[in-house]
Amino acid sequence: MAKVTLTIDGIGVMAEPETTVLQAALAADVYIPHLCYHPDLRPAGVCRVCMVEVEGRGLVPSCLTPVAEGMTVSTESPQVDKVRRVAVELLLANHPEDCLTCGKNNRCELQRIAAYIGIDRKQLGRFRRSKEPIPIDTSNPFFNRDMNRCILCGICVRTCEELQGTCAINYVNRGYKAVTAPFGNEPIAESNCEACGECVVRCPTGALSCKGFQEPTREVRTVCPYCGVGCGIRLGVRGGKIVSSQGDPQSLANHGRLCVKGRFGHDFVNHPRRLTKPLVRKQGELVETDWDEALGLVAEKFTQHKGKQFAAIASAKCTSEENYVAQKFTRAVMGTNSIDHCARL
Amino acid sequence: MAGLVTSFGSGAMTNSIGEIAETKCMLAIGTNTTVAHPVIAVEMKKAVRNGAKLIVANPKEIDLCRAATSFVQQRPGSDVALLMGMARVIVDEGLEDKEFIAERCENFDALKESLEAFDPDTVEKLTGVPKEEVAEAARCFATHKPASIFFAMGITQHTHGTDNVLAVANLAMLTGNVGKTSSGVNPLRGQNNVQGACDMGSLPNVYPGYQKVIDPKIREKFQQAWGCDLSDSVGITHTEIIDAVHDGTIKSLYLIGENPVLSEANASHAEEALKRTDFLVVQDIFLTETAELADVVLPGATFAEKDGTFTNTERRVQRVRKVIEPVGDSKPDWWITCEIAKRMGAAGFDFESPEEIFTEITSLTPSYAGITYERLEGGGLQWPCPSADHPGTPTLHTERFATPSGKGKFMPLEYRPPAELPDDEYPLILTTDRSLFHFHTSTMTRKVAGLEQLDGRERLGINPDDAARLGIADDDTLRVTSRRGEVTVVANVTGACPPGLVSSTFHFAESRMNVLTNPALDPVAKIPETKVCAVRVEKMPGGESGG
Repeated sequence: MAKVTLTIDGIGVMAEPETTVLQAALAADVYIPHLCYHPDLRPAGVCRVCMVEVEGRGLVPSCLTPVAEGMTVSTESPQVDKVRRVAVELLLANHPEDCLTCGKNNRCELQRIAAYIGIDRKQLGRFRRSKEPIPIDTSNPFFNRDMNRCILCGICVRTCEELQGTCAINYVNRGYKAVTAPFGNEPIAESNCEACGECVVRCPTGALSCKGFQEPTREVRTVCPYCGVGCGIRLGVRGGKIVSSQGDPQSLANHGRLCVKGRFGHDFVNHPRRLTKPLVRKQGELVETDWDEALGLVAEKFTQHKGKQFAAIASAKCTSEENYVAQKFTRAVMGTNSIDHCARL
Repeated sequence: MAGLVTSFGSGAMTNSIGEIAETKCMLAIGTNTTVAHPVIAVEMKKAVRNGAKLIVANPKEIDLCRAATSFVQQRPGSDVALLMGMARVIVDEGLEDKEFIAERCENFDALKESLEAFDPDTVEKLTGVPKEEVAEAARCFATHKPASIFFAMGITQHTHGTDNVLAVANLAMLTGNVGKTSSGVNPLRGQNNVQGACDMGSLPNVYPGYQKVIDPKIREKFQQAWGCDLSDSVGITHTEIIDAVHDGTIKSLYLIGENPVLSEANASHAEEALKRTDFLVVQDIFLTETAELADVVLPGATFAEKDGTFTNTERRVQRVRKVIEPVGDSKPDWWITCEIAKRMGAAGFDFESPEEIFTEITSLTPSYAGITYERLEGGGLQWPCPSADHPGTPTLHTERFATPSGKGKFMPLEYRPPAELPDDEYPLILTTDRSLFHFHTSTMTRKVAGLEQLDGRERLGINPDDAARLGIADDDTLRVTSRRGEVTVVANVTGACPPGLVSSTFHFAESRMNVLTNPALDPVAKIPETKVCAVRVEKMPGGESGG
C-alpha cells in the first residue's frame, strides 16, 4: 500500500498506512512524550501524555489517532502543554521522590518525561492527597512490585494478556486505591504468574524492578542454554560475573522474549559449587588434582579398553563442535560406534 | 525421530517457530508446551488470538488448555488409537486432501486398510474420549488450513513411540499439511542442542549429517578424512550402553554432561551399573549424583565460557559466544576431549578453536556445507544449507520428501497398549512431566536460588477422587511404589490429573522418580517408556502435612 504523507511540526513525514501519529513521529525520530504506549502492544490511550494538536480536529491522543493523508500535526502548543503538564503533574503529585535510590533510576520513562516537560515543584501540591503507603510485594524471588510507583499505564497488564497469554494481573480497586495486581490482590508469587519478567522489562517506572539489579559493563549476544527453542539472549557481565540476561530482539527464534529460566536462570555459571579442578579417585575418595595427572590417567585406561569395551555418552547441553569431537574420538580413536546422548530421555 | 525418517526421510521439525503465528489450526499432543517450551507456547497463544484453532490432546489438563479451542483427554499410551481414529473420521467423511495424497504420497491404500480397525466405538473404548469429541477434533484439524502438529516426549517416550510419530505423520499427510508454510509436523526438542548433537552424529548409527555408518561409501569418506579405519557395525544406544556396563561388557564409560542416576528410566539399575564400571569418566560442570560415582571427574566449562554453535528445534544453527573466562581450572569440553585423544597418540585433534572444528564439520556434512561462523552473525541459518549462497531452509519437503522415492510414506499401524498396565497391586499410572522452573535433572536450575524458591520439591499430582479414596490431602508425604522401586514425595491434589493417573517431574534428587519408571524400550527408537508405568500410592505413616 502507498505511504501516507503528513506534516509533523512542519516536517514532511512519510508513514506506513494504518499506523498512528505517535508511531509515525517516532519512526521519523520526532519525540512525542508517552507512557502507556509500547511498540509490542496494542495502544490503550490511558496516560494522555502523548496529546498532540491536529489541524481542524484539535487535541487528540497521538497513540490512538491513525495517520491520514495531508494531516498537519503539532506536538507543541500552549494547549498541548497545558493538558500534558496536568496529566504528568497528577502522576507525580504522589510519586515517591527518591529517584536516586529507586531500582529504575536513569532508566525511568517518568523521569524522562518530567525532564522534557519541566516540572514546577510548587504546582504539585494542589493535586497531592494523603495516601497510605502500599506495602511492597517482594514475594517473587526475581522482582519486586512497588505499587507506590505505579502510574497505571497498564503496560504490565497488556503484556501479560496480549504477549504472554498468561493473564496473571489486572487492575484492582478504583480511584486512588487502584493498582495492578493478581486476582484478589494476593502476592504475585501465589498467582499464576510464570515469572517470565516480560512486564518488568516493559514497566516504564520503578513499579516493577528486578531485585539487586546491576548495570552490566558489557553485553554479549549468545543463546540460552535451557530448552530447544534456542532463544537469543544478551548476557550482561560485570567483573567476570554474569549479572543480567535480556532477550535479543534480533533473534529470529524469540524476537526478544524469554521465559523465567532464560531471563533469571544463569546464576549457576558463577555458583560456588562449580567444579574448578579435575578430580581422581584415590583410596575410594575423589581428590583434586591437575589436568596432567587426570588426562594421563584417562588416556592410559581408555587405551586398555578400545573397541567393544568402550562407550561414550555425549551431551545435548554441549556445543555441536564438542559433540563432533566426542563422536570423532569415539569412532576414530576408540574404534566403536557406541556413542549416544540424552535425546531419548 | 526414527518415525519421521520413515515417513518423510528426515527426523526434524518440518517448519519454523516464526510460522506458528500464521497457522489456522494446531494440534498439540504429548507436549506440555507452556512449561517445556515457554516461548513457543507464547507463539501458539498468539496464533489463537489471530483466530487459529488449538486442539490440545493430553492425558493431563495442562495449562495450555486455557488457550485451547478443544481439549481431548486421551488415556496415557492411547495416542495411536486417537490419531488413527481422527484419520478414520477424515477418510470416512471425505475430508482428506486427495490431490496432495495422489501427488506427494505413497502407500495410502495400506493406511486405509489399517484404518478399518479404528472405528469410532473402538477408538472411544481405547482412548476414553467420547467418539463425538474425536470426530470433532478430526473435522477441525482437516478443515482449517494450514494446520500444524506439535509434539514432544509425551509422544516419543513410549514402547510404541515410533508408531505414535508415524500416526502423527499420517495425519499431517492425509490433510496435505506438509511442505507448506505454517503447517507441518513439529517435534519440539527438549534440550538446547539436542538437534545439534543428533546432527553431529552423537548417535550410534550415523556420522555427522545422518550419514549411515553401515554405508561403505560413507565410511570410506570418513576414513579418508580422519585417516583411520572405522568400525562397520552400528553401535549401541544409551539404554543399551547402561545394560552393557551392568553386565561388564563395557569397561570404560565416558559420560559428558550426563546424569543418568536421575534421568535414566529404572534409575537404580543405572546407578548400580555405573558403580560396576571398571573406569568411569564424568565430565561436567558440577559434582552431579552421577559424577560422585566416577573414577575421574573432568571440570567442563558452561555455555557462557566458550564459543561454538547450538542448533535449535527448528534446525537453526546459532552462535554461542564466550562471555567470561572458564571459572577456576575448568576447560571447554572440546578441549578436554581433544587432549585425551592427543595423549592417546591420535592425529586430527589439533584444533585451535571451535571455528576450526566447525570448518571440518561443514566439509563432511552436506546439510551444513554452506554455513560459516561469519554467515551465522546474521541470526543463524536453518539446515539444510548445502552451499555458500544457499539461504537456509525454513520449511522442509516443499517440493519432494527426503525419502528415497521422494514421496511421503503412509504407514499402516495397529494399536499396542503400554508395556505396563495398572493392576490390583499397582492400580495407578504414573506419567512424568516437567516444571517451568527447572530443567531435566536440574543440575543447573537448582543452583539458581530464585528458581529453587519458586519450585523446591517434587510433588505428585493426584486426582481429588483418588486422593479422597486413599485418605490423602495436599502436602501429605506419600510413598510411591512400582515394580522397580519406591520413592517418597509430597502430594499435590489436583484436577489436572484425571482419576487413575498420577504425575510428577524428575527434577529432584530427593525424590528420584525415575527409580519407578519402566525401562521397556520402543523397538526402533530405543526410547524407554517413562510416560507410563504402574504404581501404588500410599500415605506414609505420620505423613500428614504440618498445616
